[in-house]
Amino acid sequence: MPDPLRDPAPVPVRPGETTGEDPALGLFQVLREDGRARGEWAPDLGAKTLRAMFRHMLRVRLLDERMMMRQRQGKVGFYGAITGQEATPIAAGFALKTQDWVFPALRESAIMLVRGFPLTRYIAQVYGNAGDVLKGRQMPSHMSGRAVNQVAWSSCLGPQLPQAVGAAMAAKHRGDDAVVLGFIGDGATSEPDFHAAMNFAGVFKPPVVLICQNNHWAISVPSEKQTASATFAVKARAYGIPGVRVDGNDVLGTYRVIKEAVLRAREGEGPTFIEAVTYRIGAHSSSDDPTRYRSEEEVEAWRQKDPLQRFERFLRSEGHLDDGLRDSLEAELEAEIKAAITEVEAMPRPATETLFEDVYADVPWHLRAQEDELRAADPPPGHD
Amino acid sequence: MREIRYREALREALMEEMERDGTVFLMGEEVGHYEGAYKVSQGLLAQFGEQRVIDTPIAEAGFAGIGVGAAMTGLRPIIEFMTWNFSFVAFDQIISNAAKIHQMSGGKLTCPMVFRGPNGAAKQVAAQHSHSVDPFYTNIPGLYVVMPATPRDAKGLLKTSIRNDDPVVFLEGETLYNLKGEVPEEDEDELIPLGVARVAREGDGCTVVAWGRPFHNAMEAAEILAKDGIELEVVDPRTLRPLDTDAIVRSVKKTNRCVVVHEHWPYGGPGAEIVDVVQREAFDYLDAPVERVAAWDVPMPYASNLEELVLPTTERVLEAVRAVSYR
Ligand SMILES: Cc1ncc(C[n+]2csc(CCOP(=O)(O)OP(=O)(O)O)c2C)c(N)n1
Ligand SMILES: [Mg+2]
Repeated sequence: MPDPLRDPAPVPVRPGETTGEDPALGLFQVLREDGRARGEWAPDLGAKTLRAMFRHMLRVRLLDERMMMRQRQGKVGFYGAITGQEATPIAAGFALKTQDWVFPALRESAIMLVRGFPLTRYIAQVYGNAGDVLKGRQMPSHMSGRAVNQVAWSSCLGPQLPQAVGAAMAAKHRGDDAVVLGFIGDGATSEPDFHAAMNFAGVFKPPVVLICQNNHWAISVPSEKQTASATFAVKARAYGIPGVRVDGNDVLGTYRVIKEAVLRAREGEGPTFIEAVTYRIGAHSSSDDPTRYRSEEEVEAWRQKDPLQRFERFLRSEGHLDDGLRDSLEAELEAEIKAAITEVEAMPRPATETLFEDVYADVPWHLRAQEDELRAADPPPGHD
Repeated sequence: MREIRYREALREALMEEMERDGTVFLMGEEVGHYEGAYKVSQGLLAQFGEQRVIDTPIAEAGFAGIGVGAAMTGLRPIIEFMTWNFSFVAFDQIISNAAKIHQMSGGKLTCPMVFRGPNGAAKQVAAQHSHSVDPFYTNIPGLYVVMPATPRDAKGLLKTSIRNDDPVVFLEGETLYNLKGEVPEEDEDELIPLGVARVAREGDGCTVVAWGRPFHNAMEAAEILAKDGIELEVVDPRTLRPLDTDAIVRSVKKTNRCVVVHEHWPYGGPGAEIVDVVQREAFDYLDAPVERVAAWDVPMPYASNLEELVLPTTERVLEAVRAVSYR
C-alpha cells in the first residue's frame, strides 16, 4: 500500500469509485471496525497517550450527553453535539504543537480541551455567563480560546476556511513554524469560501491542513445532494494539493493522517486536504428532529462503527484497558463534569456594563452616550 | 374573517401564486423535503414537484445567481434564505445584479423575483444570526423592500411581490411565524399594493411609525397609553422601499408628534430616512423633536439578559412617547 500522504497516486478519477489505490478515492484506516489494528500503519503511540486519547473522547461523549440534557431542561439555550464524530477532533488535538492554530467548523470545538483549555471555562461558554471569557457574546457550540490558539467558527458557514489559509500564510510571512488546521463540514463545501480556501492553499502552499468532516448530512440534506464528486477528498486534485480520505471513526487513522499532514506542512511541503468519513449520530442541533429525514436503520448501522467503542475494543485487546479501569475512568469523568456544571450554573449573568465593551478597541464617544442613555432609563440591575 | 398564522398566510400566498402562474418556482436550502426551516413551504413539494420546489446545495451566492439567470430569461423565482443573515454571501447577486439589470440593460431585461426569509433577532442566536437587514437593502435603487408585520399583510404583500416585475426583498419576522391574525378567505385573492402604508390604529396624541416585530410593541404601547388618555396613531409602512412618506407626513401633521420604532441599528436606515422626511415636510407641525427607539449600536450578545436590553421594548416605546408628549 502506498503511503497516502507521501505518494499521492496519480490515477485518474473514475466517477463512482470509492475504493482503490488513490488516497483521495480509497479509505485510509488503521483500526478495523472490530477494533483490530492494521499493524503496518499504526502510529507509534505509547499506552499513556492512547489512554489519554480515549479519556478525551469519552469526556466529550459524556459532556455532550449532559449538555443536551441541560438544553432539554431549559438551562442551556442551544447545543450541537458531536456524538459519533469524536475521533477527528481529538486526534487533531493530539497532532498539534502549542504554537499551532485551529479554525474549527461546527463540530471541532473540543480540540481546545485537548490543548489544555479548562473544562469549567469551556462549559461557561455554553451558558454565556460572567465566567465565560467571551463575556456571553457567542452562541453555544461556537467555543474558542485565545489562550490555546483556537478561534470560533462563523455562524454563517464557510468563512473559517479561507481564514485558516490566511493564518497559515501569515505564519509563513512571519517565518515561524506554526501550522494551521482548518475545518469544514461536507455541506459547507458548497459555499464559495471552500473554493477560495482550496485555491489559495494550492497557489500559495502555506502550512495549512484543511479537513472536511463528512458526516453524511447537512441538517436534512444528504452529502450526495451537495456534490456529484465521487468523494470530497478528490476535489483536492483539481486545486493541485494532495487529498486523503480517511475513516473518520478511527481515531488512530485520523491521527496518523493529520499528524503526517501537519509534519509536511511544518517542513514547508505545503497544504493537505483531508476528508474524514464519519456520521452524525445525534440531531444536527437541539433545534432539529432527524427522524424526519433519515431512517433508524441507517443510524443503527453507523452506531456499529462507533469510534469510541472501536477504540475501546482495540485498547482492551492490547491490554491497555479493562473493566475496572474503564469504570473508574467514567466515574471520574462524570464527577468532573458534574462539578464543573454546578460551578458554572452558580455563576452570575454577564453584567450590563459589558454591553458596550469590545465593539471597538476603545469605547467611542457615541457608545458612551448610548450607555449613559441606557443607564438613565434603566439603572443597572447589576449581576442578577 | 378567519384567523390563520403568519406562516400559513405566507404558504397560502406561495400556493396560490404557484397555481396561478407556472413560471413561479421556489428554491433554497431545505425548502422541499424538509418543508422549510420554518415550515413555510409545507406541502409545496408534494403539490408542485421537484421541478418547481428545489432543494439546493448550501450556496446562497449560487442559488441567488441561478435565480437571477432564470428571472432574466422569463421565469419568476422565489429565493428562500434560511435566514437573511445568510444573504450576505449572496450580496453581489442581489445588489450588483438583480437590482441593476433592468437599468443597465436600458430596460430591455427584467428581473422579476422575490428573495425571502426571516429577518431580525430570534432568541439568543447572537451576533452573526440576529441581523436586521432592512437598512442594507433599503439603500439600493432597483429593489423593493417589504416587511410585513401581520398575517394579512404577509399574504397580500407576498402575492403582489411575486407578480411584481422588479426584484423584491421580502423580510419576514422570525418571531412572527406563529402569530395569528385575520386574513380574507382563500378565494378573495387579496393583493396589497407595494409602497402603501397602513394606519393600524388611529389617534391624535402621537404618531408611532413601526414595522416588523416592533410594530407589535407599538400596538401594545397604544393600548397602555389609551388608559392614560393618550391616543397613539400607529403607522406601519409595510413597504420600506419605496416608502409611503405621504401617509407618515399626513399622520404627523395631525398628531404633531412622532416616534419611530425599529429593530435595526440606529445609524441610518429606514429609521433615519423617516425622521428626515418628517422634519422636512412637517417641520412646522412638530411640537417636539422626533424620537427614535432602536437597537443599541452593538452586535447582538448571546446572554439573554443583555439581548433583552438591546432590542426595542414596549417600555422604551412608552418612554419615547412620554418624552415627545412632555408627560
Ligand atoms: C451561509 C449559511 N447558510 C446556511 C446556514 C444554516 N446551516 C447551519 S448548519 C447547516 C448545515 C451544515 O452542514 P455541514 O457543513 O455538513 O456541517 P455539519 O452540521 O454536518 O457538521 C446549515 C445549512 C448557515 N449557518 N450559514
Ligand atoms: Mg455534515
